Amino acid sequence: MRRTFLLEIVMIAVAVAFLFPVYTLVALSLKDPAQISQTPLALPAPPTLDNFANAWTAAALGPSLMNSTVITVASLIALIALGSFAAYYLARVKSRLGYGLYILFLLGIVLPFQLGMIPLYELVTGLGLLGTHAGMIIFYTGIQLPFTVFLYTGFIRALPADYASAAQIDGASQLTAFTRVVFPLLRPITGTVLILNAVFIWNDFFTPLLYLGGSGFETVPVSVFAFVGQYVSDHGLVFAGLVLGALPIVAVFLVLQRYVIKGFASGLKG
Amino acid sequence: MTPTTTATSRPAATRRPGRRRSFSITTPSWLFAAPALLVYALVVLYPAISGVFYAFTDWSGIGEDMSFVGLANFRTLLGDEQAMGSIGNTLLLTLAIVAVQNGIGLLLALGVHAKLRSRALLRVIFFAPVVVSPVMVAFLWKYIYNPDPSAGLNGLLGLDVNWLGDPSVALWSVAGMVVWQYAGYSMVIFLAGLEGVPKELHEAAMIDGAGTFQRFRYVTWPLLAPALTINMMLSTIGGLKLFDQIFATTNGGPGYATETLSTVLYKQAFVFGKFGYSTAIALVLALFVAAVSLVQVYYLRSREVTA
Repeated sequence: MRRTFLLEIVMIAVAVAFLFPVYTLVALSLKDPAQISQTPLALPAPPTLDNFANAWTAAALGPSLMNSTVITVASLIALIALGSFAAYYLARVKSRLGYGLYILFLLGIVLPFQLGMIPLYELVTGLGLLGTHAGMIIFYTGIQLPFTVFLYTGFIRALPADYASAAQIDGASQLTAFTRVVFPLLRPITGTVLILNAVFIWNDFFTPLLYLGGSGFETVPVSVFAFVGQYVSDHGLVFAGLVLGALPIVAVFLVLQRYVIKGFASGLKG
Repeated sequence: MTPTTTATSRPAATRRPGRRRSFSITTPSWLFAAPALLVYALVVLYPAISGVFYAFTDWSGIGEDMSFVGLANFRTLLGDEQAMGSIGNTLLLTLAIVAVQNGIGLLLALGVHAKLRSRALLRVIFFAPVVVSPVMVAFLWKYIYNPDPSAGLNGLLGLDVNWLGDPSVALWSVAGMVVWQYAGYSMVIFLAGLEGVPKELHEAAMIDGAGTFQRFRYVTWPLLAPALTINMMLSTIGGLKLFDQIFATTNGGPGYATETLSTVLYKQAFVFGKFGYSTAIALVLALFVAAVSLVQVYYLRSREVTA
């Protein structure tokens, strides 16, 4: 009993120390420049919300939130559709070719995207997709498919094939058997796929900087990056921008924390 | 808790004895895989193969003008002090991140696995930075690492360190920031491993007179093998590819103190216009990542048997 109590005190102390950067972030965003330079560590006295109002407009966060949402949601739909379809074939096929195809998909998990970064940039430019939502959606669908296929295939392999057989014996087509019978059974792994891909896509920085920088279709991290570069010396304003930029995903995380943590914890096992 | 990575190495798993042979009617058409394969080939395979090709050319990135130069880019790399130094930095940084992040992650997991009243809240706190964009975390830490002795980490600890400006400290400061963001990720994976350790084993060990440390060493630790290897793999690959956090804080500086393969290949392409050379460096990075992944997958399998 006493040992648990002692451990609790230690862990809470660790958590308080761990939160120091978060405290700094929030405290500075509520301070005016004079307070930041004179009392950088103290609580804001008095707190001001000016930074937030200025940051919202200066960082163009409204449109960026829209762009991030459109790109993330569309990519997730494409990933779940294409990924689960492909995995259904790869999990059930028994030929060597099918297994080779599966390994080909897995290769994509290991390849660093930098290897194809420049040829892909050329391709996207050539197709006229530079600076568009569509370009980013196709990029994320392709780049995250290996991991998505990997998760779905592992899950489907552990699933009995009898459900789909029964549906097909009853006259359903392969497509109907999959969408009506198999896909609903994939709900747990679809949750994991959704969470891991959503966090990756929402937070990704370098490719959207490359493809969307200056296009007016910037995602949140790219807008925040440009904003920080512009107002670098005004820490209060910059931190208000960081708080606003991080708020949507942190809010979603706090609401769904149990599922998010479970998704990350189970991401690599089946 | 079977990591599916093992399933990848056992194609015969679908034909396990004891499972009834399924009707051929259930083998789905290859058309199911066609759309995914098309997008994957377009976005990943074709660019990667072209990348390998460009690595053997002197392409400048503008126009069609390029010639095949054989291994010249790799010879340049061997004589390029900055790039060779970046390989050392990449490995040191990765080593530091893997060791510290997993060490702290394990301690945090053991802490919040105990029956604490605040365990649920603690898990949320330690995990929260994982979901935030690395660029934004880096901007926050750029201020935390302020050289001003009265602000940020210096102010808190009463130190006077130029965290990101001192060449002998900067690389470790970058590692510290990455560990702060991702220790919670290691924690939740270890936690999943801890939850899979049967209580009966602990009780049996306790009856046999094993102390807390012995129970950890001989009961918990061997059963954490799969979680450890997943964590090692994630943090190693993440460390080798690390870019956003360096780009947003030191951009490779001061001097070349925090230059890694990722930042060097970025600069060679987008600052100096040496696209051929840049993809050659990317190919070296790819080989590092592939080699490490293969070794770790193999290691995972070999420990899997004993666990």
